[in-house]
Amino acid sequence: MSLQVENLTVYYQTLRGNVQALENTTFNIADGEIMGLAGESGCGKTTLGQSLIYLNPPMKYMGGRVTLNDHELPIADTKKMDDFRFKEISVIPQYAMNAMNPTCKIGKMTAELLESKKVSFKEVKAELDRRLDLVRMSRDVLNMYPIELSGGMKQRMVMVLSTLLNPSLLIADEMTSALDVSSQKAVSEMLVEFRNRGFVKSLMVITHDISILYQIANTIMIMYAGQPAEKASTDEIIHAPHHPYTKMLISALPRVGIIQSKKRLTSIPGTPPLLLDPPGGCRFRERCPLAIDKCQEVPPFIEIDNGHYVACWRQRNFTNLSL
Amino acid sequence: MRQYFGRKLLIYFITFFLAVSIDWLIPRFMPGNPVQGMIARANLSAESAKMIYSYYMQAFGLNIPIWQQYLNFWIAIFHGDFGTSIWLFPEPVIKIIKDAVPYDILLLLPAILVSWFAGNHFGAFAARSKWLDNTILPIGYILTATPYMWLGILLAWALGIVVHIFPFSGAYAYSMMPSFTWGFIWSLAVHWVLPFLSLFLVMFGGWAIGMRNLIIYELESDYSHYLLALGTPRKLVRKYAFNNAVLPQVTGLALQLGVIVAGALVTEIVFSYPGIGYLILQAIQNEDYFLLQGCFLFIIIGVLLANFAIDVVYVLVDPRTRIGMQGEG
Repeated sequence: MSLQVENLTVYYQTLRGNVQALENTTFNIADGEIMGLAGESGCGKTTLGQSLIYLNPPMKYMGGRVTLNDHELPIADTKKMDDFRFKEISVIPQYAMNAMNPTCKIGKMTAELLESKKVSFKEVKAELDRRLDLVRMSRDVLNMYPIELSGGMKQRMVMVLSTLLNPSLLIADEMTSALDVSSQKAVSEMLVEFRNRGFVKSLMVITHDISILYQIANTIMIMYAGQPAEKASTDEIIHAPHHPYTKMLISALPRVGIIQSKKRLTSIPGTPPLLLDPPGGCRFRERCPLAIDKCQEVPPFIEIDNGHYVACWRQRNFTNLSL
Repeated sequence: MRQYFGRKLLIYFITFFLAVSIDWLIPRFMPGNPVQGMIARANLSAESAKMIYSYYMQAFGLNIPIWQQYLNFWIAIFHGDFGTSIWLFPEPVIKIIKDAVPYDILLLLPAILVSWFAGNHFGAFAARSKWLDNTILPIGYILTATPYMWLGILLAWALGIVVHIFPFSGAYAYSMMPSFTWGFIWSLAVHWVLPFLSLFLVMFGGWAIGMRNLIIYELESDYSHYLLALGTPRKLVRKYAFNNAVLPQVTGLALQLGVIVAGALVTEIVFSYPGIGYLILQAIQNEDYFLLQGCFLFIIIGVLLANFAIDVVYVLVDPRTRIGMQGEG
């Protein structure tokens, strides 16, 4: 098991109190697995990704364990965490287009970054060149400044840079959001290629674009209001979801073959709860058409089928329980 | 590249022309007439005063139509002739300025450079420590908000009158003549300390606060976050942040260096330091058109040269400017 997250709770400290952005999150990512993380804005996707690699104020670690390759990650201790960052766990940030120092040549920055991590740039150089070839970038980019690259090139450069030390887990945060559809496809395929070649062991792809995940992810985890709602293989999430939120989310997606002018896209009525003071019990309760009294209690995130996790009192394995 | 500098040079020439024209105009807007003032001080009889008045008006070229004066002024400039001072008649303006400039450089160059280096490093250092940020930076704010002359007066009072450590008037002891002797150099040095300190402290506060804000901005920028997420040692992140944050400060430095020749007007007045600032005050008080014009001309040239230098330096240190130029060239 590559990554195990148990009961991870991370809050944002604000003047008005703690924003409970991530509450009791538990899930696993297997070796070689590409897990998509989806959900609407503000559901805690990025918080989850960030807290795994760089948990900094105003984020505050409240509890939980994160284990990567049987080593517990000291995610709350930013100093100790430095040993794992880049080498074991790495990130392609949301702002990949601005992620490189604007006044430094890319090659020089890469060299200084590696040397500062006690890795010899000379030894890695050959591999770096090979990977630049792989993402179809000229080796000359190392002699360029970031502003000389297009947005897509910067993205690919950051991708190569982040994975240079073959991390076990790569977190790709919204990396396709700023790209046009054809570049999105190219970049996502490169991610899969990187996994296939073993540059990264497993991947966590954060996006709100489920269609991208359908193309590249092995599993998808849907989050709602700071908690995982459902995690299953991509096919099951798309075709046989159990959680009412997932069902409504998937049915809100446009489908091929349906003329949208004849059939309006459905949306989920209501808005997500404010996380400053979220309601107890199931956080989807207010918007859920299936809500019952039992939903006043927090539903556990349990495995109902092989690799299929759901946090809902109304999914079928629970219906036999005394309600 | 050539197009870039060509356009810059054109702008500088236009600026020079306009600034010098204004420079010529300003003294002439002053109420009164320099020759009249000169004669009034001489206490002459009405008859001879009239004669001398018309003589001097002719000598200074002030009796011809104003547009002709303006033309003559430009012609003279291109001959390197800045006229004759009225206040220190008959010394040529250029010589008076030449005598004053070394004192400005002696005082301002170290004050500007040292405060720039110290302020930038201190500001960057303070930005990373909450404790320093909360204690020392308020002092920086107070320093930079302090008027030079007020701090100058305070220093002169504290270290010159109360404690008697440093002299606070003139550039050297009044009993001495400028010469290359140890005694004179020593006198020069002790007289230099107080004006230097008053300038240094105020500028230091300004640089430190500017740098602290710039550094915080850079440390919050995306590239810093990315490096931190990759577990880069803070030293490297701070180095990058400093290198980027210092760029706007370089502009500020150049502008300050450009006005070196202007002297530090109020500081020089407080300490009776014989630089250009002191000359400007004297020129205004004596309605000395030509000296005032000469001083301002010096300042204009200094500012423009410094601006041009900074354009060149920016091209060298910031790749974004360089590449922007290729794009348009």
